[in-house]
Amino acid sequence: MSHDSFFVVTDWLFGIPALLGIVLYLFGVYRSDRQERLRRWPRIRIVWWITGVLLSAGALVGPLAALSHENFTWHMAGHLLLGMLGPLLLALGAPVTLLLRALSVRRARQISRLLRSRLAGFYIHPITASVLNIGGLWLLYTTGLFAAMHHHLWLYVLIHIHVFAAGYLFTVSMLAIDPVSRRFSYAYRTVVFILVLAGHGILSKFLYAYPPVGVSIEEARAGAMLMYYGGDAVDLVIIVLLFRGWYLSAAPVRHQILT
Amino acid sequence: MQVKHVTNWENRKEFRTRNLWAGILFGLGFVAFMDETVFHQLLHWHKFYDQSTVAVGLVSDGLFHAFSWFATVGGLYLAADLNRRDALWHKMFWGGKLIGGGAFQLYDGTIQHKVLQIHQIRYDVDIIPYDLVWNGTAVIMIVAGLLLVRSAGRDARDAGQVQPHVT
Repeated sequence: MSHDSFFVVTDWLFGIPALLGIVLYLFGVYRSDRQERLRRWPRIRIVWWITGVLLSAGALVGPLAALSHENFTWHMAGHLLLGMLGPLLLALGAPVTLLLRALSVRRARQISRLLRSRLAGFYIHPITASVLNIGGLWLLYTTGLFAAMHHHLWLYVLIHIHVFAAGYLFTVSMLAIDPVSRRFSYAYRTVVFILVLAGHGILSKFLYAYPPVGVSIEEARAGAMLMYYGGDAVDLVIIVLLFRGWYLSAAPVRHQILT
Repeated sequence: MQVKHVTNWENRKEFRTRNLWAGILFGLGFVAFMDETVFHQLLHWHKFYDQSTVAVGLVSDGLFHAFSWFATVGGLYLAADLNRRDALWHKMFWGGKLIGGGAFQLYDGTIQHKVLQIHQIRYDVDIIPYDLVWNGTAVIMIVAGLLLVRSAGRDARDAGQVQPHVT
């Protein structure tokens, strides 16, 4: 398949869901705000959501997607957007909460039953989400998968969906902004998170020394350092949000504001 | 009328270990952060990766690097929690900071730099004086921290003997 037709396919394949994501979210906000018993949907969440969609899609559609095909450093910039920063912003948009508000009570119950199912519980588990996230990256960069991805369209599409989905699952398993079936203790989440961040950093330094097949040493070094420090920056935000959650939940009783 | 601030010794004693741990965590994280900013980014003495790094060194470096972010942020949130409980005990907190910071620096300077060979303090120089200053500072920090913690404990005992009264 020629490169041009490759990008025509991926532009449409990823561009349309991204546009739909924004339109449906705004429609959900409209439905939620029309219900008078509910608090007005926070406007900042709309900003988080739209920025999250644009940044995630930015890695898959248009010039950055084309550049990351040729250059490992750009590829890594795209992955930071698609697998870390985008998912974090999307999670801050609280899409599940919005969905439950926008649907009828009967439909909302069905969705919440689905979210409480064993299968959903398995994927949202911090350890599952972490293994999918970091394990996937190790597989991608230390096997022939990375080179193969650029020659097979279906593999490219699958891997990018995986990176995005695993990044989103990991973020929500740590932050629990939306309702979840089971909330793990802060200590539990912290321990898992430390291992994930360590795994991410170790992989970065490993790639610095041993580039993926077909990547020059200069590109690999720049890409690995971007992965290391960019990953730190996004994860630092998640760490602050995680501990902020602990701080708010551990407030002494006399400081709690009754509403 | 003069309002005299009475230190809340009851709260401090109740949260004695939390004060110490908040300090140890923050100190450890802060020293790791300074290591990254000053020696990696500003001076460019440290290297991102050194060919002589052994595999276990990569793992140790990765774990400590990850842990240090959690320690920094977590230590600060613990201190904020103590503050809102009127239990923040600066002497104990500082003692912890020095112990945690010194311990990390000593670990970094001996195990990580020397045994695991992650990277050296600086390249193309006689490394001995650098190592001595690095690890010497670490030991001084630990000793100073331990002394502060002991002194804080003495303060708490003395305060227990005198009943504070508010007029």
